[in-house]
Amino acid sequence: MRIVFKTTYDRDIDIHEHWGKRGAYLALLAVMAVLPFLVGEYYLAEATNTLIWSLAGMGLMVLVGHTGQVSLGHAAFLAIGAYTDAALMTAGVPFLVSFPLAGIAAGLFGALIAIPAVRMSGIYLAIATLAVFVIVEEMVILLSPITGGVGGIFAPTIEILGISFDRYAELANLYWLVLAVVVLVTWGYANLMRSPTGRSFLAVRDSEVSARALGINVTRTRALAFGLSSGVTGLAGALMGHYIGFFNYELFSIFISINLLLVVTIGGLGFIQGAFLGAILITAVPQAIAIFRDWANASLGVDLGGIPGLDTMIFSAVLIAFIIYEPAGLYGRWLKIRTWWELFPLARKDMFRRQKSYLKTERMR
Amino acid sequence: MELLQLLFGGVANGCIYGLVALGFVLIYKASEGVNFAQGDMMMLGAFIALGFGNADQMGWPFFLAVPAAMACMFGVGWGIERVFVRRIFGQPQFALVILTIALGFVLRFVAGSIWGYTPLVLETPFSGVNFYFGGVVLGAADLVTILVTAVLTLLLWAFFAFTRVGLAAQAASQNQMAAYIVGVPVMRLNGLIWGLSGVVATVAGVLYATKGAIDPNIGLLGIKAFAAAVIGGMGSLPGALLGGLLIGIVEPLAGRYAPGEFAQMSPYIIMLVVLVTRPGGLFSQIQMKKV
Repeated sequence: MRIVFKTTYDRDIDIHEHWGKRGAYLALLAVMAVLPFLVGEYYLAEATNTLIWSLAGMGLMVLVGHTGQVSLGHAAFLAIGAYTDAALMTAGVPFLVSFPLAGIAAGLFGALIAIPAVRMSGIYLAIATLAVFVIVEEMVILLSPITGGVGGIFAPTIEILGISFDRYAELANLYWLVLAVVVLVTWGYANLMRSPTGRSFLAVRDSEVSARALGINVTRTRALAFGLSSGVTGLAGALMGHYIGFFNYELFSIFISINLLLVVTIGGLGFIQGAFLGAILITAVPQAIAIFRDWANASLGVDLGGIPGLDTMIFSAVLIAFIIYEPAGLYGRWLKIRTWWELFPLARKDMFRRQKSYLKTERMR
Repeated sequence: MELLQLLFGGVANGCIYGLVALGFVLIYKASEGVNFAQGDMMMLGAFIALGFGNADQMGWPFFLAVPAAMACMFGVGWGIERVFVRRIFGQPQFALVILTIALGFVLRFVAGSIWGYTPLVLETPFSGVNFYFGGVVLGAADLVTILVTAVLTLLLWAFFAFTRVGLAAQAASQNQMAAYIVGVPVMRLNGLIWGLSGVVATVAGVLYATKGAIDPNIGLLGIKAFAAAVIGGMGSLPGALLGGLLIGIVEPLAGRYAPGEFAQMSPYIIMLVVLVTRPGGLFSQIQMKKV
């Protein structure tokens, strides 16, 4: 058991508690950086996909995990990011300009939505974002000169300083690009969470009334969180567009919104690491199911392909199990295991017991 | 004349949205939770009625099959509360949102595995019967829909306003702890309300099925019904019905007189406008939270 002795305030708000943890993350980063030399094309593509999902997951995590607002329409921001980026690049704007612009466009749209939306709480916000999602989906079809409508649109190949980042020819380059974006965003996110802004997010999540009493402008904070969240999700959308290559409005269905919610809840609400764990799960499980299906077909003679919707069913079951048995998600479970080892003989079962809260309505009549 | 026809069809459609919205409101009124699987419960209710009633399935008479389906769905609603919802008692509100979304997928999978994904038609005694009234065609199915909705709304309203159980349910939703202390069996009550919302969903599903074919994806109608419930203000039964009617009427009108995709978007635009101008819905019950 290591005892960290904190002598300054800066030491207290450090992202990593001690060098052991920092070293672990650096090692992980090093492995990720040399991944293209270690694994084949197929797994590299999967890793890229996972990273993009983690980016989108981080976008939603700011909102759901750290500010306590639920959005059921985040696929809309993915779509805005993807279409802005693809349309600008088709018009001849270089990627280095169009990519941030895609994020900004999604972020501005999110902030615009947020101004009325943040006045609502909980369930109303979730529904309003759902409505925004439906409207954006229809707008994509309406604006067919820009978005290609039902037919779809090609995301042009990225080229920076003469280096090609083609999805198929230069997959390793694309992977490194995505990794760089993800690392930058993660670094910014982790630092944001220890700044006054990030802490006001947490305060708003835990108790709006007490946050207001502490002098936090709740409306501004929530709108900011919404804008940031949709901006990051927009970036993820732009990358997703390049990863898929050719897409139409169907790529950004309501199921993507729900999958994103799955990423943050299964990963662990309120932990940046949770977004990554959730993304790994959501990209790995369909592959695992496919492999299992082939195996069942070959060795048992059971044709699972004949049952449509089995994947969604399994996802739903996993989600239900997590909500009931482990609301803190994968990362929460890992924290429990780690604490148990760190305190080895002293860990008690009740250490993580949740406090039950009883409902008190906001309706007064 | 055309306008009248559109209005009539709109009212009948609106009644179905309103009925699904009633299911939302029931659960919201009793436990302040939102059941996103309501649309899928409607779908399952319609399919169970079809399974009992259709000649090629069990072949029971229609007026026996529907109550049987209602009883089944009472069990399903009660079971969902008993097995899943009760386990997350005391967790934040959105836990229930995510849980019910997942449950919706499960219900869809169940219906899809039993009855398949091709659209099926429910056999009803009043399908294809029409009355002509001065140039306007009144479908018997539409008339039945409007009538049943009106009666059901009145019954539910009376249930919450006058009966002991209804009042206890309202008390439980306002302050669970206080309700416990004065002796309201909150858990049992929640089970009952979930069962009841299953019954309402079945009625909505059967009425929906009288107008056309059903497949496991009609549950997505729940999202529109949701807009209806929000427009009315989540906690109000008449509000939900009114919201449903508003959406039902505006949709065909927008489809006829407005360009392109507006008909699809109109419910959500109305909802956003209502949410922005009156964040608690038209029949608002939410006030500023006090410490």
